[in-house]
Amino acid sequence: MVKLTIDNKTVEVPEGSTIMDAANIAGIPIPKLCFLKDINEIGACRVCVVEIEGKEKLVASCNNQVEEGMVVYTNSPKVRRNRKKTVEMILSQHNSNCATCARNRNCSLQTITRDLNILDVPYEKELYPLPWNKNFPLIRDADKCIKCMRCIQVCDKIQSVKIWDVEGTGSRTGVYVSGNRKIEESDCVLCGQCITHCPVGALRERDDTEKAWWAIENKKKVTVVQVAPAVRAAWGEVFGIPKEEATMGKIADALKRIGFDYVFDTVFSADLTIMEEGNEFVERFKKGDTKQMPMFTSCCPGWIRFVKSQYPHLVSRLSTAKSPQQMFGAVMKSYFAKKIGVAPEDMVTVSIMPCVAKKGESNMELFYEEYAGKDVDIVLTTRELTRMIRMAHIDPKTLKDVPCDEPMKDGTGAGVIFGTTGGVMEAALRSAYYLIKGVNPDVDAFEEVRSSREQPKWKEALFKIDDITVRTVVVNGLANTRELIEALEKGDVHYDFVEVMACPGGCVGGGGQPIKDGYELATDRSVNLRQLDENAPLRFSHENPSVLKLYEEFMEKPLSHKAHMLLHTDHNAWEMPQVNR
Amino acid sequence: MSRLEIPVPDKAQTVVEQLYKDLERRIEASPLGLCPIDMTKAFLELCHAQTCGKCVPCRVGLRQLKNMISDVLNGRATMETLDEMKETAVSIMETADCAIGYEAANMVYKGLVGFYDEYVAHIELGRCNCTYKQPVPCVSLCPAGVDIPGYIALVLEGRYQDAIRLIRKDNPFPTTCGFICEHPCEARCRRNMVDDAVNIRGLKRMAADLAGKVAPPACQPSTGKKVAIVGGGPGGLSAAYYLQLMGHQVVVYEMLPKLGGMLRYGIPNYRLPKDRLDDDINAILETGVQVKHGLRIGIDITINELREQYDAVLITIGASTDKKLGIDGEDANGVISAVKFLLDVGKDAAIDLKGQEVCVVGGGNVSMDAVRTAVRLGAKKVSIVYRRRVADMTALHDEIEGAIAEGVEVQTLKAPVRIETEDGNVKGLWVQPQMISEIKGGRASVKSTGEPEVLLPCTTVIVAIGQDIESKHFADAGVPVNRGVIQTGRHGGFDLLPGVFAGGDCATGPATVIKAIGAAKVIAANIDEYLGFHHIIQSDVEVPQPNLADRNPCGRVNMTEREACERICDFDGVELPMTEAECKQEASRCLRCDHFGYGVFKGGRKTLW
Repeated sequence: MVKLTIDNKTVEVPEGSTIMDAANIAGIPIPKLCFLKDINEIGACRVCVVEIEGKEKLVASCNNQVEEGMVVYTNSPKVRRNRKKTVEMILSQHNSNCATCARNRNCSLQTITRDLNILDVPYEKELYPLPWNKNFPLIRDADKCIKCMRCIQVCDKIQSVKIWDVEGTGSRTGVYVSGNRKIEESDCVLCGQCITHCPVGALRERDDTEKAWWAIENKKKVTVVQVAPAVRAAWGEVFGIPKEEATMGKIADALKRIGFDYVFDTVFSADLTIMEEGNEFVERFKKGDTKQMPMFTSCCPGWIRFVKSQYPHLVSRLSTAKSPQQMFGAVMKSYFAKKIGVAPEDMVTVSIMPCVAKKGESNMELFYEEYAGKDVDIVLTTRELTRMIRMAHIDPKTLKDVPCDEPMKDGTGAGVIFGTTGGVMEAALRSAYYLIKGVNPDVDAFEEVRSSREQPKWKEALFKIDDITVRTVVVNGLANTRELIEALEKGDVHYDFVEVMACPGGCVGGGGQPIKDGYELATDRSVNLRQLDENAPLRFSHENPSVLKLYEEFMEKPLSHKAHMLLHTDHNAWEMPQVNR
Repeated sequence: MSRLEIPVPDKAQTVVEQLYKDLERRIEASPLGLCPIDMTKAFLELCHAQTCGKCVPCRVGLRQLKNMISDVLNGRATMETLDEMKETAVSIMETADCAIGYEAANMVYKGLVGFYDEYVAHIELGRCNCTYKQPVPCVSLCPAGVDIPGYIALVLEGRYQDAIRLIRKDNPFPTTCGFICEHPCEARCRRNMVDDAVNIRGLKRMAADLAGKVAPPACQPSTGKKVAIVGGGPGGLSAAYYLQLMGHQVVVYEMLPKLGGMLRYGIPNYRLPKDRLDDDINAILETGVQVKHGLRIGIDITINELREQYDAVLITIGASTDKKLGIDGEDANGVISAVKFLLDVGKDAAIDLKGQEVCVVGGGNVSMDAVRTAVRLGAKKVSIVYRRRVADMTALHDEIEGAIAEGVEVQTLKAPVRIETEDGNVKGLWVQPQMISEIKGGRASVKSTGEPEVLLPCTTVIVAIGQDIESKHFADAGVPVNRGVIQTGRHGGFDLLPGVFAGGDCATGPATVIKAIGAAKVIAANIDEYLGFHHIIQSDVEVPQPNLADRNPCGRVNMTEREACERICDFDGVELPMTEAECKQEASRCLRCDHFGYGVFKGGRKTLW
């Protein structure tokens, strides 16, 4: 332990603690902008500087360690004066049109400016906007970027995709797409982790709320919306609703009040995915197809973009099943459209997703008999959902639990955990066991695959079903995934079935989720989804009555010709920029 | 009142003079990878501030040039802008009244020619594709990428053994380099911006002095692969060390009786005491490297035989033959190449120079080694004969000074024309007086003054004008060779000769020890890959956190030397160590660029390779 004094308070902290950690222990939060624990500890913004007795120069508290007997001032006149100057400098190069910024009232720079009571910036405003393709699902406003470097570090370290880099030198140093590329020509997987780790509004998703309002307004269009499992675990954070009260039923109420005609829960199509993907896996496994290389899940579009750009030779190892979002869209425009007697071209399918990559995924044109269109027309993130709730000036306190619409009303606990790392695998194994044995396993039989954001590298689990052993592994975060693939290719490890989620912690930590700077909420949200599964009346996808009815009335059976046409896809049907590494 | 006045320095001017000095040091430490166009603009602003304002081209034209460069940087320029810039620069060069104007325009013009592609890239992309290439200046400039801030921090804490362990991750010759490394690491040390570069080489020497014997790390499990290395110099032995650590069995073929190559047989003992060289070599051998002495490649064994017997072969034969002057009388008795001269000294078979007069031709480090050795062998008079000026010599400044202190005469601006002989023995060296002339390719050239030739009387002429490579056998065996230099790919191997690699002086021409070590690292890694492995070399030494003390200006501790009159009587080491107090102070001057600045963000520390 190291003993030191911070703001006249004596504290004892473990050796190797940073000054910032020590201050936190002493109950003194030091203001900061660029710092991101374990990812970006580079002392770039100089906002967290502190004064150390006997030293002339101020020291960054985020990446310098405490010393025995050190006397630290986090708020001396010198510190306060300099911190203010530094923030004024940042503001001089920041587009501070806060009123029209997606991060208004959720911006670390805005907060710190208020906290330092900066009412006037003495410097000339110098903005350096750069052109950007506004049709791309990821939008960057260069003149809001404060060069904290977090996006670069998150993309490098967590995702290993390296989309962002420092560009230019000297006073012209900035952040841009690496290698002089344009974003649309890059191998950006659209995970959106750079967005959720941006302290300001320099990065955001393309806002598609106006498209949704247009569809709602248009009398000729029937609007059908689905809500992904991970959304319910996070949307309440924005409105300060406790997690047990922030239910799917209230989201359904909000969406109805916003004006959507039909509301569904993506949990239904998660169960449907299990029917297709589970059957596909059992079939491929039995054929010996997974002896050399495993089958990979295909529900995460960030992962699909990753594998297509980095390991194109592994595309054939992906499940051919569409993601739950796309499956639901296809079901809406075929089965459901017929049911309600609406032509698919008059239907606008909308999805609320914790994800930015889903905006990219929905872009593919498909065929429904003679009609060509998209499975899902408009994809909104959880953040856009909360913005629509605000736009409709709905008081969240007045929301009530309302059920989803028929005939796809049901969802199981297995479908709910699709939103967390390990959940797809667990749901698939529950049903695969049933497929092989004809009876249900203990519902917790596969708890070993339950993973988390904090899980190092990946989580493997071997399951014996009679005399067969199924080797499974669950991985989240693309840097971990890259390591796993390299281990698989070297032959260091071998698995039959691999679940990949691009975002840390799975969809709960998705790039479209609400942002709380400095906090990683994925694990809390995972716990929420797991509790929902635990309390669910049905916990096996193959027992979902709506799904069974869909097969009975329309799809015939899993992997049927019709299912193939509507619920499966050709991952080679579209191009992803290739990258040589 | 008074007809004339004694000028008193203006206070502002005094400060500006100091700032000029600060700027000089700052430019010296300028990092690599900066945008050359942005730098041109900065230079131009300085130049423009220097204009007296009398003449139009300088007062107005430089500003217009700056505006156009700004347009390039701001993405507002077209290719026409470049044409206009060129015309404007040329016009200023041709019309300005004084150098303030025409030399400023010339700087811009040089850039327009020299980095035209960068200009075009800025215009076409509307972006700058330059990136900062020097997060930690010393490490970036060390050919072997030694973790310099890391070991300096360890020295500061008195953890000398750990410092040696950390250095060995990238360089198995810590002691040797502590004595004789040319320390390219110091050139752009950021400490220059405060006062002066850190004495990095000196601190390495102190780590080696104070650490005592440090055992090498354990080898990784044996791979069963065998690698032959031809030549036991610094490059060959470095590669041997890393390959052995990776688990391969290395056999070094050395034709001389002892290992070390030029370190033993080229560099005199007074610069690198041989017992200290043995400290490094013994640690390398401790890993299990085997050595076969006395076999000459191409005579006793061929490269193709080695290829058959081993899984990979590395050629590190160095550059150990001499270059000839090509003048009359060169074959007389008493003419000797510096390489041969120093080799004989290294073998304890030095020629007797007592009472003789010696001329050493050349101005490089080998020449300095030769003159200072000649002094120690008892020569009556030793002279350096050099075509250019002292300032043009390629030898390290300290070596030249050391030689002069030891009584060596320096005959500059004298080009050897022929050797005067009598009965086949050297009687003197005829030289043609030269005058310094035009600067060509950045270097001052010389031309004859037209005065009559001068005879420098002497009995021994030592030729130190460069070294060659004995590459004929390899060329005959199909190794690509150009002008004697072995031509490898950037990986150190050959496309048409799989499994054969080459590095060090024989593949680059004569260079420095640290460059050979750097090449050895690259090649060891690539041989490992070639053999089908991906072994990792790393060190488990943890680098201390930087101390947070202010870095107030403080003089650099330089190494001191033994008195000249005493040291010329023996071959013992000349350089004296720092005291421990000096060592600590010097280590505390390090700015820890691995932690403060860009290094903490990107490229600060490579913990493994």
